[in-house]
Amino acid sequence: MTTSAIELLDVKKRYKNTEALQGVSFSVEQGEFFGLLGPNGAGKSTLINIMGGLVNATSGVVKVMGHDVVRDYRMSRSKIGVVPQELVYDPFFSVWEMLVIQSGYFGLGRENHGWINELLETLKLSDKRDENLHNLSGGMKRRVLIAQALVHRPSVVVLDEPTAGVDVELRRALWEFANRLHSEGHTILLTTHYLEEAESMCDRIAILNKGSCIALDGKDRLIEKSSWRVAVVTDKLAGSEDLFSAALSSAVVSRSRNSTQLRISRDEAAAKNMLQKLSSLGVSDDKIQLREPTLEEIFLTMTADKVIV
Amino acid sequence: MSFNIYGCWTLFKKEVVRFMKVFIQTILAPTVSTMLYLLVFGVVFEDAVVIYGGQSYSSFLIPGLVMMAMTQNAFANSSSSILQSKMNGNIVFVMLAPISVFEFYLAFVMAAIVRGLVVGVGVLLIAALLVDFEVYSIGLILLFAIVSSGVMGAMGVIAGISADKYDHLSAFQNFIILPLTFLSGVFYSIQNLPPFWQEVSSYNPVFYLIDGFRHGFLGVSDVDYQQSVVVALLFFILLSILSIFMLHSGYKMRE
Ligand SMILES: Nc1ncnc2c1ncn2[C@@H]1O[C@H](COP(=O)(O)OP(=O)(O)OP(=O)(O)O)[C@@H](O)[C@H]1O
Ligand SMILES: [Mg+2]
Repeated sequence: MTTSAIELLDVKKRYKNTEALQGVSFSVEQGEFFGLLGPNGAGKSTLINIMGGLVNATSGVVKVMGHDVVRDYRMSRSKIGVVPQELVYDPFFSVWEMLVIQSGYFGLGRENHGWINELLETLKLSDKRDENLHNLSGGMKRRVLIAQALVHRPSVVVLDEPTAGVDVELRRALWEFANRLHSEGHTILLTTHYLEEAESMCDRIAILNKGSCIALDGKDRLIEKSSWRVAVVTDKLAGSEDLFSAALSSAVVSRSRNSTQLRISRDEAAAKNMLQKLSSLGVSDDKIQLREPTLEEIFLTMTADKVIV
Repeated sequence: MSFNIYGCWTLFKKEVVRFMKVFIQTILAPTVSTMLYLLVFGVVFEDAVVIYGGQSYSSFLIPGLVMMAMTQNAFANSSSSILQSKMNGNIVFVMLAPISVFEFYLAFVMAAIVRGLVVGVGVLLIAALLVDFEVYSIGLILLFAIVSSGVMGAMGVIAGISADKYDHLSAFQNFIILPLTFLSGVFYSIQNLPPFWQEVSSYNPVFYLIDGFRHGFLGVSDVDYQQSVVVALLFFILLSILSIFMLHSGYKMRE
C-alpha cells in the first residue's frame, strides 16, 4: 500500500475553552482532490493548521506523506504547502523578495529563481513582482499566498478557503490552477463554503461539524447514501403558507414562489406516507417530481442545528 | 537536513534587511538620542564628577551610553519584529517552513546583535568627532558588545513571544530593562554609591555588561573584568536556554 498524503488519527485540539477538534480520523490518498467542508467554526482551519505544523494538536497523530508533523517536521513541512485562510503578508517586502525569502526558508537559493518566475507567470503576478505587498489588492495578495505555498514544490497542496472574497474571474482562474496542479500529480485538499465548487471538483469529501467528522465519502456515494431524496412540488398552491404548515414543515428544504422542495425518504413506506399527505392537501401526483439531493442540501441537513428526522 | 543553514541564514538576512529598510527609526534615531545624552550629561558634569582619579567624565560616560544604546536596540529588534509578525499574522510563513526552534532563535539573536553593533558603531563614530576617548582593548570591547547585544536579543525573543500587544513590550522595556540599565552604572561608578546600593548593583547582570565593556575602553573598572565576562556569558546562556525552551514548548506560538 502506498503512503497516504495525509493521515489523521484521533486528532483532538482544545483551545482555552473550546473543543475545536474532538477526535478526527481520516486519510487523504496521494493524487486525490479532497474537499473539507463544514460550517463556520467547525474546525477546518484548525485541522489544516495542525497539518502544516502551525498549531500543535492536543492529542492524536498527523502525518504528511508518512512524516509525523511533530517528530519529523522538517520532512512533513517540505512536503506540504499551506495557503492560509487569512490574507496575511509582510508589509516590509515586495512580492519577489517575499518569494525568495520563503524559498530560502526551505533551503533553496538561486537555483529556485526560475521556478519562482514560473509561479509569478502562472499566477499573473509578473507585473507586480517589485510591488510592495501592502499595495496589492486582496485578490493579488491571495495569489501571492498561493505562490508562497508552492515555492518549495510541495506534493500536497492545502487551500483554506482560496475563493473567499475573490471575484468571478479569479475564482475561475484559481479552480483552473487547482485542477492543473491536480493533473500534474499534486494532492489537493481544500475548504470552501461554495458547495457547488466542491461538488464539481472534489473526488472525496469530508464534512466537519463542531469538531467531529460527520461524513466522509466520494461525493456520489455521499448523495446516494443519504436516506432521502427531494420531492419538488410545483403545484400552484405549493407556495402558500398554510399548505405546508405543521405536518410537513420539518421536511422543507427550500421554498420559492411557485415551488416547494421537500425531503422525502428513500424508504418506500415512509415515502408513500408523505405522498399521501401531499395528495390529501390537494397536490396532484403530476405536480410532484423526485430528484437526487445536491451536496449542498445534504450538507445543510447534516450540519443543521435542529434535529431533522 | 540536520541543520537548515540556508533557512536560518535567510531568516537572519530578512531580519537585517527589515531593520535596514527603516533605518531612520532603527539606527539614526537611537544614535542621535544617545548623542544628546552625551552632550547634555558630558558637558554639564564634565568637571563635577571625578571618576577613577584622572579620567574625564565623558570618557567614562561614552562606553555606558554606547552599551545602553546597543542593548536597547538589540532588545527592540527581536521583540518588536516577533510581536509585529504575530500581530500581522505573517509569522506563519516562518512557522510553515522546516526551520527548527534553534535556527529561529539563532537568526533573531544574530540580527539583534547586528542591529546593536550598527547602532554602537554609529554612536562611537559621532562621539569620536566630539570628544576624545581611549580604547584599551578592541577585543574586549567587541566581546562585550556581541555578548550584551546577544543577551538583549534573547530577552527580546522571550518578550516578543510572550507579548500579545505593544503595551506588553513597553511594560517589559520600562519596568525591567530600563531600571536594570539605569541602575547599572551607565552614568556613575558604583564605587560612588553607599555600600547597600553597591551590594544591590552587584546582583544586576546588566551592571557587568557595562562594567566589562567599559574596561575595554578605560582599562579600569569597578569589578575584575574577568568576572564580568563570566557573568555576561552565563547570563547569555541562561536567557538563550530559556528562549529556546519557550520556542520549543510552542507557548503562544503553536498553541
Ligand atoms: N487561536 C485560537 N484560540 C482560541 N480558539 C480558537 C483559536 N482558533 C480557533 N479557535 C476556535 O476553534 C473553533 C474552530 O475554529 P476554526 O477556525 O478551525 O473553524 P473553521 O472551520 O475554519 O471556520 P471558518 O469556516 O469560519 O473558517 C472555533 O470555535 C474557534 O473559535
Ligand atoms: Mg477556517
